[in-house]
Parts: sequence; C-alpha cells; structure tokens
Amino acid sequence: MTAYFLQRLIQSIAVLLAVSVVVFFAVYGIGDPIELLVPPQASAAERLALIKRLGLDQPVWHQYFTFLGNALSGNLGTSFVHGVPVVSLILGRLPATLELVLLSMITAAVVSVPLGLYAGLNPDSRPARFIMAGTVIGFSLPSFWKGMMLVLLFSVWLGWLPTAGRGETVAFLGLQTSLFTWDGLEHLILPTLNLAIPNTVLMVRLIAAGASEATTQDYVKFARAKGIPRRRIVNRHILRNILIPVVTVVGIEFGSLVAFSTITETVFSWPGMGKLLIDSIYQLDRPVVVAYVMLTTLLFVGVNLIVDVLYAALDPRVKLSGGMT
Amino acid sequence: MTGLLDVRGLRTVFHAPEGAWAAVDGVDLTIGRGEVLCLVGESGSGKSVTGFSIVRLIDPPGEIVEGEILFDGADLRRASQEDLRALRGNRIAMVFQDPLSTLNPVLTIGEQMAEAITAHRSCSKAQITEESVRALARVGIPSPEVRLRQYPHEFSGGMRQRVAIAIALLNSPDLIIADEPTTALDVTIQSQILYEVQKLARETGTAILWITHDLAIVAELADRVAVMYAGQIVESGPADDVLDRPRHPYTLGLLKSSTGTVQPGERLHQIDGNAPRIDARPSGCPFRTRCDRVVAVCAEVYPARQQAGEQIFRCHNPVTSASVTSGEDLP
Repeated sequence: MTAYFLQRLIQSIAVLLAVSVVVFFAVYGIGDPIELLVPPQASAAERLALIKRLGLDQPVWHQYFTFLGNALSGNLGTSFVHGVPVVSLILGRLPATLELVLLSMITAAVVSVPLGLYAGLNPDSRPARFIMAGTVIGFSLPSFWKGMMLVLLFSVWLGWLPTAGRGETVAFLGLQTSLFTWDGLEHLILPTLNLAIPNTVLMVRLIAAGASEATTQDYVKFARAKGIPRRRIVNRHILRNILIPVVTVVGIEFGSLVAFSTITETVFSWPGMGKLLIDSIYQLDRPVVVAYVMLTTLLFVGVNLIVDVLYAALDPRVKLSGGMT
Repeated sequence: MTGLLDVRGLRTVFHAPEGAWAAVDGVDLTIGRGEVLCLVGESGSGKSVTGFSIVRLIDPPGEIVEGEILFDGADLRRASQEDLRALRGNRIAMVFQDPLSTLNPVLTIGEQMAEAITAHRSCSKAQITEESVRALARVGIPSPEVRLRQYPHEFSGGMRQRVAIAIALLNSPDLIIADEPTTALDVTIQSQILYEVQKLARETGTAILWITHDLAIVAELADRVAVMYAGQIVESGPADDVLDRPRHPYTLGLLKSSTGTVQPGERLHQIDGNAPRIDARPSGCPFRTRCDRVVAVCAEVYPARQQAGEQIFRCHNPVTSASVTSGEDLP
C-alpha cells in the first residue's frame, strides 16, 4: 500500500514536470502579451520598464527556470492583467465552478442510474428505445448550441429563468455560493442542465450496456436459480458490477468539468474557472494560463488516484500494490 | 417410489427469424424422492435446456411451448413468477457447469450464502452464519468461518464448485439439478465431489438430476439414467440395465466410445458424423443418419416408445444381445 502511493507520487511529479515544460513553451509561442498590456499612449521607456518588470526580457529557458523555482516554493506567479497572485485568482473562481459541476454530476447520476438500468434490463421495450435514441441526440448536440437553445426556450420564450450570471450569493463556510438563495438556484438551473446532459447520456449508455451484459452472466442466472428477488438481483448483483466503468467515467468527467466547463460558463456568463481561462488566453495572461493548466493536471492526478482507490473498494479482485505493471 | 418430479411431453423451442427450433422435443422424465437420475447426451442434445426448463429459467428467445412439469403434484408451467421464485433455491436448487462464473465476483461468499437463506425464510444473523458455516463444512471446505468473509477469486475452481453445492444445500431442497457440475474440474476433485454428493443424497433424501456427458460418472452415481439425443430421450431406465444391456444403438455407441471399454493401445470407438444441427434434424428417427443399424422405416416414422422390463427406448431396430465388449465393467 505504501509502496503503491509512493510510486503514484513519483509518477505524479513526473507528469507535472512534463506538463509544465509543454505548457510553458506553448504559451510562450502563442504571442507577445506586451502589446496588449502596454497602454497605447505609453512611452518607449515605460514600455521597456514594464517588459523588465514582468521578466519578459529574459531568454525563455531562463523564464522557465524562474517559474519552476517559484513554483516549487508554492508561488505560481502573478497575473499580468489582474496583478494578483494567480493561485488565489484561480481558487477564487473555484467555488462558482465547483457548485456547478457538483450539482450537474449529482443530477447526471440521479437521472442516469434508473434510466440506464431500465434501458439495459428491458432493451426491447418502447421506453428503452426512446431512452437510447435520446442519448444519441443528447450526445451529438454541441454544448454551446444546447446552451443557447436552453436560454432561448426557458429565458427568452417562456421567461421562467434568468439568462446569465450567478444571481444572489451568500457566504457558506467562508465561500460565496448560489446554492442557498432562491435567486442563485434559479441562475444555477440552466448551466447545470447544460453541463449535466452530456454526462447523463454517457452514463445512461454505459449503465445500459453494462446491465444488459450482466443479465446474461452466469452469476445472475445463478442468483435467479437461488430464488433471489429481482429487486435484489438488480440492486446488488448487477449494479455493483457495472459501477466500475461508471466510476471511471465519472472521475474523468468530474476533472474535465471543473477544468473545462469553459463553453457553458461562457454561454451563461458564469464567473467560474473556465471563464477565467478563456479570458486569460484572449489577454495572453501567461502566468494564469500556465498555472491553470498545472492546477488542472494536479486535479486529474488526484481524481485518478481517488478512482483507483474506489476500484479497490468496489472490486475485491483489485489490489493496490506497487511494482511495475 | 413416489414421483417427486414428473415431466411429461416437455417441448422447449428457441425462436429465430426462420422459425422455432425445438431444443427439447417431447421429453418425459420421472425422478423419485432421494433418487439420482443422470441425463446423458452430447453437447447440444438439449440436456441443459431440459434442466433449466424444469425451473422455468428459460429466457427469450427460448420458450416452453408444450408439456407438464409436475413437481410434487403441482404443474410448474402454471405457477406464477413469485411461486417460482419461492420454489427456486428452496425446494429445487441448481448447480451450474462453470464454477468460475456462477458466483458474483464482487460479493463475499458469506453474502451470497446469506441471501440464499433470507430469500426464503427470515433468520437471525447468528443463525445465518451458523447454517452457512455448517453447509461449507459439509462439502469439505476447511475453516469455513474465515472463508465466509472471502470473495470468489480467493477460491480455486474446485472450492468454488463446493461453495455452489453448499449454497444449493442451504435450504434442504427436495431436488438438486446439477448441470455438468464437474466438467470444468480436474479428475481428482471430480471424484471427491461425486462422492460427497452421493453421500448427501443418501443422508438427506434429496433427489438429484445430474446432467452430464460423462458415462463414467453415470456408472458411479446414477440410480437411473436417461439418454438424450437431438432433444429427445432415446433410452431410459435403471442405470445397471441401460449400461449393461443398452437397447438403443446411440447408447451402445456412447458406451463403446467410453475409455473404460477398450484395452490400452486399442483405438477408441467413435460414432460417425456429428449430432444434427437444431435447424436440420432428419425426418423419422433423428439418429438414423449416424446409425449403423438403420432400416428403411427409420427415415419415415418416428420410433414409438417401447418397453422391456423397466427400460424404455425408441428404436425401430433395437440392439438385442449384449453387444458391449465382452463383460468388461465400466469404470
């Protein structure tokens, strides 16, 4: 167990290092931020001073090692645009994104488990065909289009829900959240729905495929031959076995939602991390982009570790052990 | 002998786009209390489908279309789903062929045993554990208390099959349907399990329907035997009679191709050809295309049921003398 975590730690550090190199140099290649940062009326001297202050006069490898050295002491840099440390800038946006992502993952799980099980266990029934056809549509529609259609339908035509923003927030455990005000909840519904739809349909398909495969397995037939009630066969024998692929996908999707719910946050002007990333890329705010990708990588490494631990909890055949595989 | 299970004219078909093919085609079977009946036949002869039809575990596209399944006087074909559920694992238990896939890999042995008990009667936790431990000990599993907390992958194939048998025994069923339970196991474990099953049947008075293709097992285990070919019972009767004086050429062919009947170095007998496919069964007697005693009438008329002593067979030109290699006993 200890060997396993040690090995994972070393792997994670290697991944982070590799990502830092790639991202740093890629962002460097995108363009020179100085044109966007210097006001048009600034003098040449002011311009030079700014370049020097931001460290942009140094050769790129020198900039990289400065960044790496600072990063090791926990300082990922200061935003060119906002002038505040990037870590606090990004983490400041985290609660908004997290509440959106958590709510949409919960929605996806709550909706997809019963639908997927139903479709998988009664594959030839009419509702099952309807569900499966729905998943194809849900999966094929691009996120930005779905988002705009939701706004058009519920905000513009029906006038039920607000179009954009976070609405009224209150502090909860020191974090601003929309979860506890009526106005905030109203603002949450559409973006949550938009984020939840692709994950719901993905999970429906996974669960349906897993359930219909599991019903043909000998252990299900044996459970029936033992006289186990159908309810228990589904909830205990089948569901338990199909949770493993579902947990994998939920893990991966959770990570990518937190990091890259950019489109949804843009469509709904949701002041989360994704919106920050896209704005920073437009403004060539290098430290924010680099730090963002680094934090995202860290998030994925962490999520993967959690998923592996969950595997071991769900499947007794999985043992967490060190050594190369 | 009172009939515990009486199957009459059972016909189970599988629906395909081209029509319905009968995997089980008019099967009659009788098992008395405490009796061991071996159902013998090649792969695809319909043995397993017969076993699953009895407890009505036939899923679409399969369907039981004709016949009666009288269990202790009640016709299971007319039983409700809930009645069937209450019966399965309680009065009729099953053991499957492949022990590696019958147990759920993600649940402990203890849970899989406990649910088999609680599905049929309410029981305290302590009592469940006690009964599970006793059942495991009965099939020869050492340190059962520890084993209850383990998962299937921590058991060998032979041990898993013992667990499956222990589960079948939990509710003291009247009948156990065992579908080739020793086929996937090696020979030493096979004989241990046979010995234990025989002992249990004798001790508890449980009747057993043992489905197999292995005549050596029949010789060791069976009170009576039924030989199945192309979905039909071609010969049945007391095991000694059928094995010593087979009347159907197919039974004779099976006996001759069994390893016990040849001298070392001698070539093993082989029945010519293959079992007919379910969608291409010959007219008249289904065995006629492979039979060396075939006569003209075989192609036209399905042979009627004949009886000699307790032995029943369907053949136009039955074997008359003991043509099995001279007096040598089967293994």
